[in-house]
Amino acid sequence: MAVLELTNISKHFGAIQAVNDVSFSIGAGQVVGLMGDNGAGKSTLVKMIAGNFRPSHGTMQLDGAELIMHRPIEARQHGIEIVHQDLALCNNLTAAANVFLGRELRRGVGPLRVLDYKAMYRRAGEIFRELKSETRPRDLVRQMSGGQRQAVAIARTMLSEAKIVLMDEPTAAISVRQVAEVLNLIRHLRDRGIAVVLISHRMPDVFDVADRVIVMRRGRKVADKQIGASSPEEVTGLITGAIEQV
Amino acid sequence: MAITLDQTIGQKQQSWLAKILGSQTFWVLIAVILACIFLSFATDSFATTKNLYNITRNVTFVAIIALGMTLVIITGGIDLSVGSVLCLCSMVLAVVMHAGYSIEVGIVASIGTALLIGAFNGILIAYLGFPPFVVTLGMLSIARSLAMVASNNTVVFEFGPDHDKLLALGGGAWFFGIANPVLYMIVLALITGFVLRWTRFGRYVFAIGGNEHAATLTGVPVKRIKVAVYMVSALSAGIAGIIQTGWLGAVTTNIGAGMELQVIAAAVIGGANLAGGAGTAFGALIGAALIEVIRNSLGLLGINAFWQGTFIGGAIVFAVLFDRIRNFRQSE
Ligand SMILES: Nc1ncnc2c1ncn2[C@@H]1O[C@H](COP(=O)(O)OP(=O)(O)OP(=O)(O)O)[C@@H](O)[C@H]1O
Ligand SMILES: [Mg+2]
Repeated sequence: MAVLELTNISKHFGAIQAVNDVSFSIGAGQVVGLMGDNGAGKSTLVKMIAGNFRPSHGTMQLDGAELIMHRPIEARQHGIEIVHQDLALCNNLTAAANVFLGRELRRGVGPLRVLDYKAMYRRAGEIFRELKSETRPRDLVRQMSGGQRQAVAIARTMLSEAKIVLMDEPTAAISVRQVAEVLNLIRHLRDRGIAVVLISHRMPDVFDVADRVIVMRRGRKVADKQIGASSPEEVTGLITGAIEQV
Repeated sequence: MAITLDQTIGQKQQSWLAKILGSQTFWVLIAVILACIFLSFATDSFATTKNLYNITRNVTFVAIIALGMTLVIITGGIDLSVGSVLCLCSMVLAVVMHAGYSIEVGIVASIGTALLIGAFNGILIAYLGFPPFVVTLGMLSIARSLAMVASNNTVVFEFGPDHDKLLALGGGAWFFGIANPVLYMIVLALITGFVLRWTRFGRYVFAIGGNEHAATLTGVPVKRIKVAVYMVSALSAGIAGIIQTGWLGAVTTNIGAGMELQVIAAAVIGGANLAGGAGTAFGALIGAALIEVIRNSLGLLGINAFWQGTFIGGAIVFAVLFDRIRNFRQSE
């Protein structure tokens, strides 16, 4: 059964039709590559799934139940995690503070609950170790390299056991070694039965880990194929519009 | 020995000493201490109990509001209305008590006024997207005008049945001879410091100043926090107004005029960054202290009071210079 099912989802910003009548479903443990040119509507689509935007039209279903969200926190409560394209990091905070932003660990009782720095540093450290990233939980994000910043954003998705992880260009700024780590992480997620949506402009990454590829052009879905049944050439053609639709 | 991943992750970036030496607040504190030492030797009248009592008490009004202002500045905002809000809240207290109500009623009315103004500022800024500068500039004008309306532009110096209670509240020294306003300031600074470091609210205040968009995306209730921050700022002005009324024993419609600049100066000297994302409660106190020491010393050294603005302005530029130097060093 599908974990997530989108039916006729559209989103417009004023006159701009960012996403137009998109439907698809993802099963547990499936990795879907989402590709498309700049401005095709990929980020807008995953932001709707992550509760950042509400769709203008259409419905979303999670495990067969309708999914209506008003705030990003609700998406996380449903087990939907996202790595944002711009990473959504606060430079003036530490790595650990960024990882836990919006769901800080606290200790104490009632109104006298204070931030649990120790637990957050420890847990963030564990996650960075798991990601094999040399990122220190106590460092300010301001002073971090592109790869470390990406690790911080990815670490957020590992705080709780998710059902769906949405990754919006998670490999854009990182080294070859760390790309391999991220792709490995995606495989781990898949093996644990977690569905993954990977947005990427890098053809090899998508063909490496994805089971399926969805191509968007100007807000519309123009292809949805098993990886084995497609090829990089075909996907490139679909992205540019050389191939109209399959 | 090879450095393992675990060691790297476990490493602390800076020792606490490096952290202190790198902080603007620390160097401003040193400047305050040096100035005090210098003045104790250079003049006979600085290190007297009476003068120190005066200094510490004079610091408090600016310092208390600077605490609230620091929160606003950390979120990347600004509140220009605090001087006028202080005036309006003092006047509401004075008028209500003058009309024969108890001090409790007066304080509730005054605090209520402050919270209402703060909520008004905050809602316009957070929910309607007004620039903080414009909204609070408007409120600067509105609040003072309302104070004039409320009092018919007269001086109020009779506070009804609880007159003496009010004067004791602001003018007394209930604890080891420390002036009451100083006690309030210390308590409020401790609360502010605690909130900034140990609560989720404080964490969100910093997050909004660091990257408001990121805070929104990660589910921080940005709008509500912003409204709260402007309410705290107005509240701090209201509290300072109540205390000042008790201390002065009279309210005119020009108290607190121009105070917003001193308050912003104190916050900035103390390390609050107008671009957002940085600031401390302790810094606000230190900044206020430096301004007051400069003011006081000019008088004692017999320097024409017209120079005051030059020295305080110089202190603002100088304090931020440390921050710039540190940034230059890091970017090299
Ligand atoms: N908040 C917004 N307000 C108005 N228009 C928006 C907003 N977000 C996105 N758009 C518009 O929607 C369209 C799709 O944008 P989107 O960010 O989803 O593209 P994308 O496929 O992620 O592109 P890229 O590969 O460059 O990241 C663009 O035309 C963009 O200008
Ligand atoms: Mg995008």
